[in-house]
Amino acid sequence: MVSLFRRHGDTCVARFAADEVAVLRQVSTEVIGLLTDGFDRDDPVVERLFPDGYRDDPEQAADFRRYTEGDLKTGKIDQAGAILASLPSTGGAVVRLDPEAAEAWLRALNDARLALGIRLDLKDDTDLLEELDEAVMRDPTSARVRQLTMYEYLGVLQESLLDSVIG
Amino acid sequence: MTVPGVAPVEVPDTDEVPDADRPWVTIVWNDPVNLMSYVTWVFQKLFGFSREKAEKLMLDVHHKGKAIVSSGARERMEHDASRLHAYGLWATVDRS
Repeated sequence: MVSLFRRHGDTCVARFAADEVAVLRQVSTEVIGLLTDGFDRDDPVVERLFPDGYRDDPEQAADFRRYTEGDLKTGKIDQAGAILASLPSTGGAVVRLDPEAAEAWLRALNDARLALGIRLDLKDDTDLLEELDEAVMRDPTSARVRQLTMYEYLGVLQESLLDSVIG
Repeated sequence: MTVPGVAPVEVPDTDEVPDADRPWVTIVWNDPVNLMSYVTWVFQKLFGFSREKAEKLMLDVHHKGKAIVSSGARERMEHDASRLHAYGLWATVDRS
């Protein structure tokens, strides 16, 4: 079951069940972990969240990274933090996002999906439902089943938040 | 891309223009994760494009693998690329 955002005036509102709060807290905490203590330039997730600014010029790419990485990292930590700040530590919750918080959520949900997409090795032609069926057949309790389910959930949630932001 | 309202000037053959005189561009690359609606929204938000223009660029990225979203001075292109990275889009800077 996925809770969806609705627009009330300037505010985007959703009522989350306890398991949704737990998932959102988990993925946000994991992203923050990757950007702080666990920051590893060789991690493909970090590579995707901090892409080279120049494709065929390692020297210019290194300069670009030197100038932009700090702010980019701070921004991504802050936006994942915005999700955590809107949620209780346990239990369900009604979340009300003003326009600034809604944008932070959209960006943070996107980062979490990018991270999961890399871990799941998703490609352009990946059929999510097919992947999920196969993973369930192999082992319904596997980490892959859990991650695919989370990825699908975050996509629906992001789309619903975007719809209500656009209005 | 065209710039409306600007009179066309003689466009020299790109091959003959020395590297240093060619403008810079920001390129957005296709990605299997980003939602099409989200990419369109980011283009509108960051560049002030109309919905139609943003959607066309998003579809170019989706179908052709990439699209040029801005062009001009190098520093500005680097700024655009870093703003796109903040939204999770995969962008690079290059010569046009």
